[in-house]
Amino acid sequence: MGNVAEVIVFLISGAIVLGGGLGVILNRNPVHAALSLIASFFGVAVLFISQEAHFLAFVQVVVYGGAIVVLFLFVIMLLGVDRAEQVRVEQLSMQRPLAIVTGVMLFGLAMGGLFLSGPGGEEGAVAATGQQSAMVPIDETEPNVRQLGLDLFTRNVLAFEATAILLTIATVGAVVLVRNEGAEDLVVDEPGTSIG
Amino acid sequence: MLLNQFLGLAAILFCIGVYGVLTRRNGVMVLMSIELILNAVNINLVAFGAYQGDVGGQVFALFVIAVAAAEVGVGLAIVLLIYRNRRSIDVSEADLLQG
Amino acid sequence: MLALLAQTQVQIPEIVWSVLWPIVLLSIGGVLLITATSISPRLRVGSFPAAMTIVLAGASLVTLPLIWSKVRDGGGQLPVIADAIRIDAFTLLVTGIMCASLIVVSLLLDDYLRTEGLDGPEWYVLLLMSATGGILMAAANDLIVTFLGLEILSIAVYVLAALHLRRTKSQEAGFKYFILGALSSAIFLYGIAMIYGATGSLRLTDIAQFIASGNSAGLSPLTESSLLLAGMAMLLIGFGFKISAAPFHLWTPDVYEGAPTPVVAFMASAVKAAGMAGLLRVFIVAFGVVAEDWRPVVGAMAILSVVIGAASALGQDNVKRMLAYSSIVHAGFMLVGLYAAASGAAQTGTRSVVFYLFAYAVMSLGTFAAFTLIGGRGDQNHSLSAYVGLSRSNPMVASLLAVLLLAQAGMPFTIGFWAKARVIIAAANGENYVVAAVAMVAAVVAAFVYLRLIVTMFMISEPDEAGEAEASGAQLRISRSGLFALGIAAAATMIWGLFPGFGGDWFGEATRALLELR
Repeated sequence: MGNVAEVIVFLISGAIVLGGGLGVILNRNPVHAALSLIASFFGVAVLFISQEAHFLAFVQVVVYGGAIVVLFLFVIMLLGVDRAEQVRVEQLSMQRPLAIVTGVMLFGLAMGGLFLSGPGGEEGAVAATGQQSAMVPIDETEPNVRQLGLDLFTRNVLAFEATAILLTIATVGAVVLVRNEGAEDLVVDEPGTSIG
Repeated sequence: MLLNQFLGLAAILFCIGVYGVLTRRNGVMVLMSIELILNAVNINLVAFGAYQGDVGGQVFALFVIAVAAAEVGVGLAIVLLIYRNRRSIDVSEADLLQG
Repeated sequence: MLALLAQTQVQIPEIVWSVLWPIVLLSIGGVLLITATSISPRLRVGSFPAAMTIVLAGASLVTLPLIWSKVRDGGGQLPVIADAIRIDAFTLLVTGIMCASLIVVSLLLDDYLRTEGLDGPEWYVLLLMSATGGILMAAANDLIVTFLGLEILSIAVYVLAALHLRRTKSQEAGFKYFILGALSSAIFLYGIAMIYGATGSLRLTDIAQFIASGNSAGLSPLTESSLLLAGMAMLLIGFGFKISAAPFHLWTPDVYEGAPTPVVAFMASAVKAAGMAGLLRVFIVAFGVVAEDWRPVVGAMAILSVVIGAASALGQDNVKRMLAYSSIVHAGFMLVGLYAAASGAAQTGTRSVVFYLFAYAVMSLGTFAAFTLIGGRGDQNHSLSAYVGLSRSNPMVASLLAVLLLAQAGMPFTIGFWAKARVIIAAANGENYVVAAVAMVAAVVAAFVYLRLIVTMFMISEPDEAGEAEASGAQLRISRSGLFALGIAAAATMIWGLFPGFGGDWFGEATRALLELR
């Protein structure tokens, strides 16, 4: 049965994904955290392959592993590893308890969403999942990229164009923010407050 | 086909990410935690898409990756900006770095 | 290879360009603006970017009646580009709000940038594209487009909030807004994934159909699909953050205080209007059938927002923070309207929210325009004490601001009165007397906040403070463009206050467009 293989692949890559995720939030050293992030991304890519999403797995490795994590590492190195530790944010007071409460609530929401419906257990989520309105069925004989491309340029062509606007904004925004201007006569408001 | 397992995994990853965003005090780490959440979303989308035999889930996941890239770009730019201004002032106003 | 291309038949969706003018003008205009100013640095200085933005927004406004006549001929609904967006009266109304907001904010920004010595067509580029995102979000019939619109809108505003490169407070505000905003959009996205799983579609109309067919088969979504419920809850978190409704409002005061004031004007008017428009579109069109299920959550958010907002606004000494809390109260009022719409009074409830959107955009634009003018160089004069004796040093600004603040308080003969009255009437129609009563009490409490500011402005300063007050008044340099912007907003407040049906029944048409889709 292919099922056993599927389960084994899932267990191994799932462990990598979660281990990487925990590494990101537990490591004190930003470089180690970034490396854990890569591990997590690769685990996700393997999960994609096991779900027949080949192109997405490829994009996951190239864009996430290749571009985004490198960007992270680049910024960490630019700041200096010990310095990067110091770019801190003070978001809210009572942060940790609030985080735990929020985390637990969202976890409850996410898991409850899965398992409370229907007769419960494994069948529950299946019963909850609508199947009727799938519009572009996956065809096993067609290459994955081609199906994605067809869907992208017919059903989602507007979203594709909207992504162009989004990327323009991100480029303009990033460039204009780090442009070296005005560092000489910086106004510091109320030192020690807010982000600090 | 595994569906619930994928969704459960995504839910755990999601919560790890949320916890990270709310507790990490380092700007770069917060951005990494946000990436974890977006990955959890992608796992969900692909699993649902495969379950329903709809390619739409994968297409949405592509958009999510594009958005994640844009967000990281802008987020890191803001982090750099803040860092640079702190450095240029940390001689005179060292206490801004603590707090 | 060629053979493969030949056998592929791609059904490219038909695109009706003639109804997409606002989106095309604003987004392409933004790209052209950044290109032109990069090629010719001479265009960077002076008022060219502001003028171009105003022309683009004005041109988009002009196209609206033309598009409306097309839409009306098409039966009130035009699905465009493979049904990814719907051009209808609601979309056009929100487009109008976006364009008006762009015009007013550009008028303010032009002078603001000059006094602050900042340079930048980029501010306008980001504004233009952000407005495009808002329009997409209001028009979307597809959750992908809703999400992308939300991101376009927000990412541009994160940058704008941090873009005062010489003030650390602005950057810190931008960063805080970014982190919490990114978290909320990630949660929003997770919600979309769950809804996709539960219904098998991302199109709002298909989702509605799917849920309705389940309903008619006697399946209650509450018991059958907790996946759908969890998804809706997460969408509410995402939208609640954007419209700064409690309990997702924690960022609002800090960000409003730190961000450049013209940008705050944009955040309060355009971002909030777009967020609320997206919320209406998604929850009324897609989830209108299961209103019973999301109604209690919306009601709780509404009550929390009005109560927390009004109570916290009382203790503020910084006017920007004060108005930040007041914006939370206003978000609560819109949610009261939505709650009414969900509990039986679909028509009046939806209409009241649509009207409130417009009214709040007008009032907040005007109020923050006045704050920009009074804030002066360095964007500093935002403490209550800076407003002492303003009526004597700058009677014009003080009286216009007083009109706008009275409107926010819900004074009769202003737009704010009709907005609040309609929401409360709708709540009463839906027999939500408790919510209506809480909202009214909160409105009275919030009115004290505005009155306090007005009284401060018209207070004759005490002798020992007189020198200081006169000094702050004398420094005030009121730009003509800023005063013009303030004047427009105040005039609109009065016009729609005296004639709430002015300019035709847009609000009714927009409501009909939303409700017809269900």
